[in-house]
Amino acid sequence: MTATLFRRADVPALPTPTDPSAPPTAGAPRARPGLGRPLGVGLVGLWLSLIVLLPLAALTVTSFDEGWSGFWDAVTAPVALASLRVTVGVSVVVALVNAVLGTLIAWVLVRDDFRGKRFVDALIDLPFALPTIVASIVLLSLYGPSSPLGIHLNATRPGLLVALAFVTLPFVVRSVQPVLIEADREVEEAAASLGASGWTTFRRIVLPTLAPAVISGTGLSFARAIGEYGSVVLIGGNIPRQTQVASQYIQQQIEIDRPVNAAAVSVALLAIAFATLFVLRLAASRSQRREEASA
Amino acid sequence: MRTSTGTRLTLRTVALGYLFALLAVPIGLILWRTFGDGVGAFIDSIRTPAAISALNLSLLIVAIVVPLNVVFGVATALALVRGSFPGRGLLQAVVDLPFAVSPIVVGVSLILLWGTSGWFGGVENNFGIRVIFGLPGMVLATIFVTLPFVVREVEPVLHEIGTDQEQAAATLGASSAQTLWRITLPAIRWGLTYGVVLTIARALGEFGAVIMVSSGFPGVSQTLTLLVHSRYIDDHNTYGAYAAATLLMGLAVLTLLLMTVLDRKRSTT
Amino acid sequence: MITVTGARKSYGDFAALDDVSLDIPAGTLTALLGPSGSGKSTLLRSIAGLERLDAGTVVIGGRDLTHVAPQKRGIGFVFQHYAAFKHMTVRDNVAFGLSIRKRQKAEIARKVDDLLEIVGLDGFQHRYPAQLSGGQRQRMALARALAVDPEVLLLDEPFGALDAKVRADLRQWLRRLHDEVHVTTVLVTHDQEEALDVADRIAVLNKGRIEQVGDPVSLYERPANDFVMSFLGSVATLNGVLVRPHDIELEREAPVELVAPGHSVPARVRARVERIVRLGFEVRVDLGTDAGERFAVQMTRSQAADLDLRVGETVFARAARGQDPELVGAGAAI
Repeated sequence: MTATLFRRADVPALPTPTDPSAPPTAGAPRARPGLGRPLGVGLVGLWLSLIVLLPLAALTVTSFDEGWSGFWDAVTAPVALASLRVTVGVSVVVALVNAVLGTLIAWVLVRDDFRGKRFVDALIDLPFALPTIVASIVLLSLYGPSSPLGIHLNATRPGLLVALAFVTLPFVVRSVQPVLIEADREVEEAAASLGASGWTTFRRIVLPTLAPAVISGTGLSFARAIGEYGSVVLIGGNIPRQTQVASQYIQQQIEIDRPVNAAAVSVALLAIAFATLFVLRLAASRSQRREEASA
Repeated sequence: MRTSTGTRLTLRTVALGYLFALLAVPIGLILWRTFGDGVGAFIDSIRTPAAISALNLSLLIVAIVVPLNVVFGVATALALVRGSFPGRGLLQAVVDLPFAVSPIVVGVSLILLWGTSGWFGGVENNFGIRVIFGLPGMVLATIFVTLPFVVREVEPVLHEIGTDQEQAAATLGASSAQTLWRITLPAIRWGLTYGVVLTIARALGEFGAVIMVSSGFPGVSQTLTLLVHSRYIDDHNTYGAYAAATLLMGLAVLTLLLMTVLDRKRSTT
Repeated sequence: MITVTGARKSYGDFAALDDVSLDIPAGTLTALLGPSGSGKSTLLRSIAGLERLDAGTVVIGGRDLTHVAPQKRGIGFVFQHYAAFKHMTVRDNVAFGLSIRKRQKAEIARKVDDLLEIVGLDGFQHRYPAQLSGGQRQRMALARALAVDPEVLLLDEPFGALDAKVRADLRQWLRRLHDEVHVTTVLVTHDQEEALDVADRIAVLNKGRIEQVGDPVSLYERPANDFVMSFLGSVATLNGVLVRPHDIELEREAPVELVAPGHSVPARVRARVERIVRLGFEVRVDLGTDAGERFAVQMTRSQAADLDLRVGETVFARAARGQDPELVGAGAAI
């Protein structure tokens, strides 16, 4: 065919210049051989290995440099164990605080209406955007030695709690919010029409819908809290057996040149984080299956 | 759910009270303390040689990390979405890994790999390239913690656009390179930009991983976050720490604004 | 002329194409018709080079293109969901293939404007695909495919995502366009009405095989088997064999039972009128037999008026002359 085949006079006029058509529905993407071949999968693998896998491999191998017993001794050394206990204990409390207050904040942001709501909504993301060391400074200015309120949380466990609550605030709020927005309000109205009180409706209708999001947000904030360093470094006090968290203990071991101890506690910390995320993934796939089964 | 006005007001008070005590008041206080002595004092404090060198170092790290993350992030996302090869699940897991690793652990891992007595200690011992306690270490640490952002933002966009447009380009005669450059990259541009903004924000703000691998000399190897730390801890210069923190906070707010704008752009195009 | 020989393609255990051979004469508009999963799209995409065949060859205009990339096949391809380049204006979309070929700017501009006028998108040059309706996007996609002067034009369910009215208008328009430009065109569709409406030739596919190839009239009148018969046009089951609903005659009088020699099945079926539906100038009569079989009969309004049927009365149905169900049934058995 050549361009000259198109002579204007020959060509049929169109039936309608504008036609109201349904918007396109996305076609199911299929893997197609020949096209979209991965751009150097090998190169990508090499890069990820160099950046992520090799350092973590070096860490793991070093932690066992003195054998399994060396690893075990390093992790169960009283100060190390205490730091892990403090870390997990405070992180659990922070996660629970987030579960309750994060859900509550999400509810207020979705269902309530007041002036300045959008500003408050934007504020929620701030802890993610703010460098952790800035979070530390910010909290110290209010709850530290020069507190204008006379509240001194410096070098106390409540201080750790506040710092970790600050940096993990968005997790639960941001995972619950979209679910609440999507939630079918007619179901709640149906419950109310059947005589359920507000609290009963929340407990028996709303909460089960929100549960997967609350659990996932809580788990993520726990995983974040156990590894946190920047936000607790100034307000935490780093007092062994009292407020020293695992990341501070690890940093200290590196400073006094005990790499095996540092590596061992790092591996323990990693293991806790992985276990948390693994359980979360299991829970997510289970609730997804249940949803699919009921759909 | 119908809630009485009383319940509603109580819930609102609790939520706002919590946010007030945790976020608003401390941040307001910092701003007040920073600018209480006038804007001039703030500007003086962030224009000291150490502060300027810290800002430059932070920006230099960003300038190195962003292009690397863009190239490898897009390539990884393409491989994950378009490719079917053994080990794809593993690749997926490795990309998410940095989210689960404490910044301090990142630092320790890098020291154990690149430090003078680490696996790759030869790089420094034989070639004199200082990785740990040098710029390369800080760059490696920053790449580690920012690795998932570009991949995770580009991946869903690639899923959504599907392969139709790329195939259409192929039937019109475009080579793979032309298709990538003229079809795929423009189609993912907002997702990519979003990923880059997240990368920049995290790169500027990273503290734990970087402090582990930095020698921390003022004016030499201090990033902005290290500057905040050292001013507060080593120099007992509380005001200087507040001022530097405010500068970082300003960058964070700028990031937030950009993200909001980009989010809107992404949903409309 | 497109020649596909011995094409095979499997996805795992699923055979999308099972030894398919097909000739598509130059200048025709051929429809590949079949249900989903019949392999019609796979066949089209193999002609385009978007799928690689496990076995077999594709020859277009005398060139063996089996191992040639889609870029170099000289084809135009139109996708069901338009595959519009969303970040480009209508003009840039249509110009894409030409700019890849590094044509001069002035030539590109002239050709794009010509094509946009042809597809009725004149004045839409600077719009983005998101600002067009589905039908407009598909016409843009057609202009884009035609811009590179393809040897063959391949359309993969091009109107499938459009609503019924637009679809009917666009396929009329496509037919007229084809009559003007005569580019060899292959159209994939699952809509038999669409195939009968626009195509010169129809290839009916089922389960990765070609059931029958021919012009619309012969396929409709002389289907090679039950599948083709039931896929092209509606059918009724009368005594277990397939008949077109408009090829059934109804009689009110109980005839003498005549059993043809060598046949045990009565040629007439007793049935009760269950429902009479007026569809414009047509009348459809739904009937049920004593055995619980249901079928429909189509007739004109005047035929219906002559019969003056009532719901609930008993009638006798038989295949119209020349459409002996026994013969059709025998054909199906081959």
